[in-house]
Amino acid sequence: MTPPWKFWVIGGLVVAVLAAAIYFPILRRRVKRAARLQQQSEEQARRELAQPIAVNPGDPRVKTKLFWASDAIDPTLAPVTVELPLSNDPALRSKQVLNTLLAGPVDTELRTLPPDALLLAFYLLPDGTGIADFSEALATSVPSGIMSEQLAVNSIARTLEANVPQVQRLKILIHGQEVETLAGHVDLTGTFVVNTKPAQAPAIPASTPSVAGKPATPATK
Amino acid sequence: MLLQVRNILRIKSLFPMALVAAVLASPSQTPPQAQQPATSTPTTASPTAPSPQGGAAGSAASPFGAQTQHAGLNVVVLDPAHGGTDPGARGTGGIRESEIVLDFAIQVRRALELQGFQVVQTRQGNENPSFDDRSATANAQRGAVFVTLHISSTGLPGTARVYVNSDLPPVTDSNGLIPWDRAQAPFLGLSKKFGDLVQGFLFQRFKGSPEAAQTASVRQLRTTAAPAIAVEISSVTVENRTDLDRMAPGVADAIARGAATFKPSYVVPSIAGAQP
Repeated sequence: MTPPWKFWVIGGLVVAVLAAAIYFPILRRRVKRAARLQQQSEEQARRELAQPIAVNPGDPRVKTKLFWASDAIDPTLAPVTVELPLSNDPALRSKQVLNTLLAGPVDTELRTLPPDALLLAFYLLPDGTGIADFSEALATSVPSGIMSEQLAVNSIARTLEANVPQVQRLKILIHGQEVETLAGHVDLTGTFVVNTKPAQAPAIPASTPSVAGKPATPATK
Repeated sequence: MLLQVRNILRIKSLFPMALVAAVLASPSQTPPQAQQPATSTPTTASPTAPSPQGGAAGSAASPFGAQTQHAGLNVVVLDPAHGGTDPGARGTGGIRESEIVLDFAIQVRRALELQGFQVVQTRQGNENPSFDDRSATANAQRGAVFVTLHISSTGLPGTARVYVNSDLPPVTDSNGLIPWDRAQAPFLGLSKKFGDLVQGFLFQRFKGSPEAAQTASVRQLRTTAAPAIAVEISSVTVENRTDLDRMAPGVADAIARGAATFKPSYVVPSIAGAQP
């Protein structure tokens, strides 16, 4: 005959096991959810940091030249003209065109910049130096090599040249820092020449000569 | 590391290129070692044949009185890029740029020695000298050209491209010194000439390659005080490594023939900032 206290102990253990069996999956779901929420909040923070520039519908729609690759295998730069509402403020305008450049062309194989790269900030100094601060993905995800790195820099410089005449030189930062090279080859310690002509009123591009393939030239150290 | 590089740059910013030019004009002198940055134990091949010009310098009477100075080209500094913890471009089949360029360098070296050049390599094994150390290896030589070897991640497989540095800002130091970080500036014209020659031979050998050298802002070239080119082979995306290995003899031959063709026109600017 089983003593009554043993019955209660066994019964209690069975209840505890059943409760654990029910509670553990719930707990696991909660932990996963918390982790997901944390990840989402980081992603949200990142997106907020690099929030795309709000498009003002009042801005005039202008023909904008964006420089992407002409060929996926043996790439050179080719201009693609799209109509975008662009601000007259040169810093804002630069952000708008660079965000569109980062978004990439319809054919994703013709991208010149990694899809996960973000423009974190763009500043325009009074001397015409544009400072473009990109996320680390620009350096870590761009294919390593002279050709691919120069193509990435050229696409940024040529797009600014065609659309923002106030930007005369370009300095590229990665996550707010100056880096020696983009991905081991192309020099980012200096600035690149964007526009050699003095800044004029923003003009658009109907008569801008094609500059595909023209390399961005370092300006200063 | 960045701090170290910056400290090196500060020291090297006083690199007296004018003194080097004076040395070029006077073969009996040796370059002032104190002015030369430390190098990462470069290895020098024994010259297989003396150059006809053999380092003999001097068509001009005064080192500072002439715009140019003939100094025989007899050394080629070969730079297999990357190495150590930096594998460079990586292909899906496990191909690593740092390993392939080292194998290419062996063949390029052999071809250059057959042409009578002395060859200095910036690395022999799996080390990763800094950009400045690699440049310092070249800048310590007299009568040298610099060739850095790369394999790209992109581009039509089976093609090869030569790059020379984009225009650098003019050298404005009133003391006649060239800042270390713009050491390539006076050599851009020569680099272009050398690059076009090598690219011409590569064009003949590898269909789809450009006919002339292209410009790019290559970090490695900027601090090199010699005619300097980057040769980039496409690409690590090939399915089989043998596709790249097959290109090595052609690349080696093009570089060696380019250097040999360039040799008679090798003229070093002896005034800081002078464009040849």
